[in-house]
Order: sequence, then C-alpha cells, then structure tokens
Amino acid sequence: MIGRVILAVLLAGIAAGFVMGAIQHVRLTPLILDAEAFERAGVSAGHSHDASISETATAQPEADGHDHSEGWGPDNGWQRTLATTVTAAMTGAGFAAILAGLSLLIGVPITRRNGILWGLCGFLAVTLAPAVGLPPQLPGMAEADLFARQVWWVCTIAATAAGIYLIATQTLPWTLVLAAMLILAPHLVGAPVPPHGDSVVPAELVARFVANSIAANAVFWCFIGLFLGLVLDRSAKDLYTS
Amino acid sequence: MTARTITSTTSLTATKRIAAGLALLFVGSTLTFAVGLSSMAVAHNTAHDTRHAIGFPCH
Repeated sequence: MIGRVILAVLLAGIAAGFVMGAIQHVRLTPLILDAEAFERAGVSAGHSHDASISETATAQPEADGHDHSEGWGPDNGWQRTLATTVTAAMTGAGFAAILAGLSLLIGVPITRRNGILWGLCGFLAVTLAPAVGLPPQLPGMAEADLFARQVWWVCTIAATAAGIYLIATQTLPWTLVLAAMLILAPHLVGAPVPPHGDSVVPAELVARFVANSIAANAVFWCFIGLFLGLVLDRSAKDLYTS
Repeated sequence: MTARTITSTTSLTATKRIAAGLALLFVGSTLTFAVGLSSMAVAHNTAHDTRHAIGFPCH
C-alpha cells in the first residue's frame, strides 16, 4: 500500500515535470542561451559596459556555451535538452513527494477536487514568495553569496508554507496573526542583496525571463496538484480514515 | 464489523499514513536538494537550466 502510494506520487510528479520540461524548452531555455551569449561577451570584454557588448554577443551566439564552471556538463544540443528534461522530471517528482508527504502528515487529503488548490499553494510558497526577494535569475546577472541566498530561499518557503497551513486549517484570530507574521517575516528580514551594476544581461531579457519563469512554474504547480489529486483520490479513503 | 476491529484498523492506518508521509518527505527533499541546491559541479551543470527555470538560487 505505502509503496504503491509513493510510486504513484512520484509518477504524478514526473508527468508534471515533463510538462515543465516542454515549457522550458520552448519558453525558458532560449532566453538562458541568449543570456549566456551576453555573459561570454561580458567576460571577454572584461566586464566593460560599453555598447560593443551587444555586438559581440550577437556575433558569437553559436560558440560553445556553458563554460562558467568546472566538471562534466552536458554539451549544447540534445545532451543539454535531455539533462534539462530529466532534471525537470526529478524536480516534479521531488515537489510532488514533498506536497503529498505534507498532506499525509497533516491529514488533509489531496483529491481530484482540491488538487489544483494544493498545487497553487505550492506555487505561492515555492515560486511566488521567494521570487519577491530573489527573482528567477539568468546567467550573467550580479548575485549575492550563493549560500546566503539558498538559506533565505529555503527559510522563505518553509515560513510561507507554515503560514498557508495555518490560514487553511485554523480559525482562531491569533493563528491568523501568526500566519501573517510567518509570511511577512522573510521579507522584513530581506533577501541577500546583490552588488550593484555588475550584470551584463539586458534588463529587457531579464524581465521576459522572470515573467515566463513565474508563469511556467504556475502551470507546473497546477499540474503537480492536479496529477496528485488524480492518483491519490482512490487511496484517500484508505489513507485518511483516521 | 465490531467496534474493536474499526479501532484497530484506523490506528494502523494512522501509523502507516505518518510513515508514508515521512518517507515521501525524505524522498522529495533528497530529489529537490540534488536537483536544486547541491553544490557538486556535475549536479550543477546537469541541472543548470532547470535551476534557472524553477528559480533555485544558482551560481
């Protein structure tokens, strides 16, 4: 029983991940490749901020990308597409497992009818709330210390999720005040601030990426919730009777 | 069905539910960490575009 539930949850997440992978391929990866062209041009120009950057960037868009870190990495082309699709499926499985795990622990079922609400709550906690302080970024943008950002990202998600849980399940006034404090606290503390003026990516490209990324994640989370609702609906009676 | 069987069935289900929930939480956190947060070069390079697309802190 438990094994079958876990398998069904992972498969639901993988299916949602393939939807996300397809959206990435069409709407997001092309913008990342554009940004990497600017990043390479910016690096080779020694971070100078003159107009020649855009010329250099368009002059060598086919150059071998992805050279900003050591170790093995997928080559541009099918390897990179495959790696992105597989990791999107893994992310879907991971998010779906965490969402379903929380549902089982707090004893609130995910069903066909409320699945999309679960998904949208996931979107609020994992995409929208962290995006306020740390918007989705493109390669070549100036960024604050990685570990500090990861800590803020994880804490913001945890606090927002706890706040949503309180709002959804509790009715006492003080629990709603506590929920509001949990949701606001990360933004009062503030995300790590990047150094100013070091970005080599045009603002227009960044704006398009941020909008597309947030929209894609909204769709991703809706599918996670819907698919989880579909696979868990049948076992809900057995799982949540107590 | 007697009251006793109902009680034993439900308590068993509750234990199983918590166990399944913890197992899923562990599996999900491990997958999410591997894709989104691990600092290993191979993990970063393979998941690079997905990290940017999902909005994981990257670089």
